[in-house]
Order: sequence, then C-alpha cells, then structure tokens
Amino acid sequence: MTVATMTDWNRTRIQQGWLARLFDNKAFLIFMCLLPAVGLLTVFLTYPLGLGIWLSFTDTKIGRTGNWIGFENFEYLLEDPQFWTAVFYSVFYTAVATFGKFALGLWLALLLNRHLPMKNLLRAIILLPWIVPTVLSALAFWWIYDPQFSIISYLATDVVGIREKPFDFLSTTWPARWSLIAANIWRGIPFVAISLLAGLQTISPSLYEAALLDGSTAWQRFRYITFPLLLPILAIVMTFSIIFTFTDFQLVYAITRGGPINSTHLMATLAFQRGIAGGELGEGAAIAVAMIPFLVFATLFSYFALARRKWQQGEASD
Amino acid sequence: MAFIIRRRESIILGAAAAAMAMGRAANAQSEIPKADVPAPKLPIEKGATLRLLRPARFVEPDEVIFRANSAKFAKETGVEVKVDFVGWEDIRQQTAVSANTGAGPDIVLGWAEDPHIYADKVVELSDVAEYLGKKYGGWMFLGEKFGKKAKTNNWIGLPMGGTGGPLVYRVSALKEAGYDKVPTTLPDLLKLCQQLQKIKKPAGFALGNAVGDANGFANWMLWAHGGSLVDEDGKVTINSKETVNALNYVKELYPTFIPGTMSWNDISNNRAYASNELFFTANGVSMYFALKNDPATKAIADDTEHALLTQGVASSTPMSATVLNAMVFKHSKFPNAAKAYLAFMMEAEQYDPWLTGCLGYWSHPLNAYDKSKVWSSDPKIAIYRSTMNNRFWSGYKGPITQAAGTVAAEYILVQMFASVAAGQATPADAAKEAERRTRRYYR
Repeated sequence: MTVATMTDWNRTRIQQGWLARLFDNKAFLIFMCLLPAVGLLTVFLTYPLGLGIWLSFTDTKIGRTGNWIGFENFEYLLEDPQFWTAVFYSVFYTAVATFGKFALGLWLALLLNRHLPMKNLLRAIILLPWIVPTVLSALAFWWIYDPQFSIISYLATDVVGIREKPFDFLSTTWPARWSLIAANIWRGIPFVAISLLAGLQTISPSLYEAALLDGSTAWQRFRYITFPLLLPILAIVMTFSIIFTFTDFQLVYAITRGGPINSTHLMATLAFQRGIAGGELGEGAAIAVAMIPFLVFATLFSYFALARRKWQQGEASD
Repeated sequence: MAFIIRRRESIILGAAAAAMAMGRAANAQSEIPKADVPAPKLPIEKGATLRLLRPARFVEPDEVIFRANSAKFAKETGVEVKVDFVGWEDIRQQTAVSANTGAGPDIVLGWAEDPHIYADKVVELSDVAEYLGKKYGGWMFLGEKFGKKAKTNNWIGLPMGGTGGPLVYRVSALKEAGYDKVPTTLPDLLKLCQQLQKIKKPAGFALGNAVGDANGFANWMLWAHGGSLVDEDGKVTINSKETVNALNYVKELYPTFIPGTMSWNDISNNRAYASNELFFTANGVSMYFALKNDPATKAIADDTEHALLTQGVASSTPMSATVLNAMVFKHSKFPNAAKAYLAFMMEAEQYDPWLTGCLGYWSHPLNAYDKSKVWSSDPKIAIYRSTMNNRFWSGYKGPITQAAGTVAAEYILVQMFASVAAGQATPADAAKEAERRTRRYYR
C-alpha cells in the first residue's frame, strides 16, 4: 500500500510560461544574445557604410537629394588629376610613414626592453605623443612649420644664424609632403614602440641564453630569435598602423588643409573637402569608397606576407 | 572653415566691452535718416514663438546686442525668440537639414546664396524688404543682388550685412618705397610690390586654402583683368584671354610676396602684419581694430591705412562681400512673427547699435546707415562703409547658385593662380584646368 502510494507519487511538473520555454530554445537564445552586437554593428557600421556606397553612385549635394547616376562619379575621378595626386600621396604617405614608424619604433622598443633606470617612467613618457589628442599635436606642428613664426626657422636664422631666410616647410609641394610625414611618424612611434615592447617581453630569455652559449653575435640574436618571434605581433601592429595612416585625416587637415595646391591631400581629406566643404556629397562618398580596395589590399598583404606561418596555426615550423 | 579663424582673429580684439560702450553711445548719437513709410501689416500669430539659427559671434557685442535686440522684440510683441549660435562652418549643413526635413528653426541667418538654394522652401520677404528699402534710403547693390530671386523682383532673402577685404597697408612702408598712396593701375601696383620687396617690407596675399582671404585675392586679380568665372547665364567663361592675362600678372607679382603665402590660411596675414613682417595685404576691418585695441600693436595701427582694391580694367573696385543673409522657412508656423522680427531687427533703433557694436564688421546693406556713427568714429575705416555697394559677387557674372559657393569652397580660382605662381602650370593649362573643374559644378 505504502509502496504503491510511493510509486504513484509524481512530482507535479511545473507548467513553464511561454517566455521561459522560448528562452530555453537554443536558436532563439543565440539570436537574442547576438542581437545587441548585431544591432550596434548594423546601425553604426553597416548602415553608414552602405549609405556611403549608395551615395557614391548618386549626385547628392548638401541640401539636395540626389539621383542615381551609376558610375559617373568614378568616371569623373578617373580623369581628375587631383584625385590621382591624392591617391599617390596617400600611398606614399602610408608607405614612408609606416616604414619610419616601424624602424624608429622597433629601435625604441629594443632600447626600452633593456634594464634602464626609471624604466616605467620612461615608458610612460614615450606614450605622450600618442595620448595627446591629434588635433592638439597637429596645431603644435602647424606652429612649428609656420612660414613666418616657425621655431625652427627662428633658431636657424636669429639665434644660430646659419640661414638668411626662414625654412619653407609648407608652401611648396615636396617640403610640405615630407613635413607631414615627419609629423605622422612622430605621432605614430609610441603606438608601435609600446606594442612591440609587449611582444619583446613575451620572448623567453632562455632562448637568448642558449644563443649566447652557442657564441652568437648581437645581430644573429636579433635576426634569428627576436625578429621571427616578434613577427606575429609585428604583422598585427603593422596592419593597424597602415590602416590608421592611410585613413589619417586630422594631421593633414589641421596643418595644410590639403595645400599647397592640393599636393598634400590624402584620400580622406579630399573626400571631406569635396563632400562636406564643397557640398558634393556624392563625389566625396565616391572618393571614400575608392579607399576601400586599398585598405583591403593593405590588410591582406600584412596578413599573408607577414603572418601566415605554419607554426601560428599550431604546426611545426619549416 | 576659414570662418573659425576669422573668429579667432577677432578674439584678440579684446575690446568687446569698449565696443559695446561705443555701441550704446552710437545709439544715442547716430542720426539715421528715415522716410515716413507705413510698416507692412503683419498680424502676429497667436502664441507665436520663434527659433533662429545664426553664425557664432565674431566679437562679443555681436552676440550680446543681438540677444538684447531679440529680448526687446519679445518685450514689445510677446514673441519669445530663441537664438542659437552655431559655428560658421556648420551652419550651411544645419540649414540644409532644416530645409530638407521641414523642421527646426523658423529663421536662419545663413550665407549669401543659401536662400537661393532653398528658393522653393523659403517665405517671400518682399513686403518687409520693400518697406525697409523705402524707409532707409534703398538697398545697396549686394543687398538687392542677394535678396532678390534671380531675374525677379521677389525677395527671398534679407541680407543683414556683409564683410569685405580691401587693402590694408603701412603708410611708412609705402612712403619708404616712394609712394604716398596705393597706385590705381595694375602695372604700378606691381612696381610698388617690387619696391616693397627691395626695402624688405614685403607685400603678401594668401594663395593657400584660405576661404576668405585667398578667394578674395583670386577674385580681385581675375576681375581686375576683366575676367569672370561664368557669364550671365551661368555658362563657364573662366578659360579666357583675360584670365590668362591675370595669371601672367600674378606670376610676376608672386615673387615679390613674403615667403609662405602658398600655405597661408585666413589668420596668417593678420599675424604676419601684426608682427612687422608684412606691410601690404588685404583683410576685413577686424584686423585694424585688433591692432588698434592692443597697446602692443597700437603703433602699427596708427601707421595703417586702408585702400580700395586696385581696379585694373574693372569699372569699380573688384571686391565682393561675405553676406549674412536671413531667410524664413515655409515650415515655420509663425511666418508673420518671423517677418516682423526681421523688420524689427533692421530698424535703426536695433540695427545701428548692432552695426556699431560689431565695429562695422558686418557692413550695412541699407543706404541710410551710411550715416551711422561707426563710420565716422574712425576715419580709417570709412572705406568699409560701402562694402555692400560693390558691383561684384562670388560667382560673378552668373546667377547666384550653390555652384558659386562650391567653386569658392573648392578653391578652384585660388589654385588656378597658385599653380601658375608656383610654376607648376602654364597660364593656359591652369585656365583650362579651372574650366574643367568649374564645369563640373555648373552643369
């Protein structure tokens, strides 16, 4: 009797609400968890990107909705010498500035990796150019390069007296281009140096000790230990650096505004100049869209040329 | 963009308080002649309130007196006016959004061609404009040009003032170079600049990306040689022998300039002038006041004079003005209140203190204000009095369109001159390139 009662007893199944059942559904749960991220990406990334691409196929102006004109904007740009100057300078600026930043940044990282007195303070100071808002440092460089009030010209002409005339930093094509590259390198070094420093510190000291026992030279240690082990992080940092440099806007816009005679326009500043200042939104968007292939190429290059090593995928090295 | 800098340039004016005191004094003194004309009947809508968007102040009294006048309007009519000040470089975009969405401010004080871009979206202001014209001695040339819709008598904008940039120079430097005043012909102007260079007191005009100064210089050179961007119908005429003449002239003139003008922006000539490095340039009235009100540069101001831009073959001084142009949007629920407000702001009791407080930076568009005390307060600024009577405008000789604004913002003319001056292009090629670029916007 007792036994029978016991077997008969059943725990009442709690009737779950439809909401709870819904959330038990795996597919629904995945959807819900992804929704905030997808929503943010759609609203703030996909939509503006899509809108930009759509605008580039229209003749929209500020204050007037445009009509679909197909590839007309791009056809015009193909024949526009200013656009090609901007393409050339964007590539040149990115290539030279990235090279400069990496050469100096790596050097700085190697120095900082040694045991120096007040190491942490030094590292903090190194980061300063990176922390200062770009526009502020751009304004500082604007003064440094000023045709009349440049501190460098002042020192050279009035204090040291090695020159008669002030330096011409910004009013002819090539000096202006190099001046901007110098400013960009100055600003970019800390990012590279600190990132590479992080990479350097992951390299096990025992490797160096072993190499020392084998009688290696400093160059050999750098070439066969430091460099290969640094390569993965180098690839990542370089990808970022190329993207940042190629899409640079603030430095150029604050210092030269694309002048003299459009010789220092980057694609980003030219897009802004045409789209916002000039009011030709469609054309500006077309220039911005024309940057995409370059960025994709740069990213793929960094990844495939520098980072695709077997050991990164967990296989044995060649 | 240049406009921010203009504003910054004027921050150094530092004489805001003094100017305001001057404004109040002028209010009491100025005798603005008025004709006895009945005001248009504008029954103000019940419960009306207004929102107004205008460019940020360039000197403090610009904002203070403007707000005070608006408050006075609220007191007299019961219509509250909320005035928003936005950056000079942002107002065009905000106007565009407001025009397209049919929401936002009732009134916008925008730039010269803005009401013409939104001609179908703004309220006609003919009654107010005609009333003001009759009462205050008629509209000046640029006032009418930018107020009326092309080839009609319908007012779609109400120009409230304009700023121009005539020649500013050091009297002592000219004397040293052997001149009592600025020569009136272009060959003599070139000789003067060469002479100034010889005595190491050089001239300099912006050829960089300076919206105000560089476009002013480029237009001057073009117009003084009889050239024009487009003809009366907006057909591009920049590739002409007049343009080539102008380019050849600038090619000779440029080497006499102080180094670095290719990279100048709107503030550069002010700074160089204030530090005794530049002795002959063109600028708005603000530079003179900045020098005059700073004890450190008072001596430079005392040695400074103004002159009209050298005419060349033009029939009058080849200068335009940056016009502040008011418009009322059709989406406003209270168009009568908006019109009454604009008329109120242009009446002598309100307008003259504002004009004076702004030190004449926004030259008046109505003839009667020639008598404003601000113009006789300092004989050296008298030349700015007739800025709005200049016979040239941005995009001369064409109709007022968005394209003219784009050509200026894109520095098409500036770069045409700069490329020849820098030796990067022949005059013929530069004119052709400017034609190609201009065509793109005038299509």
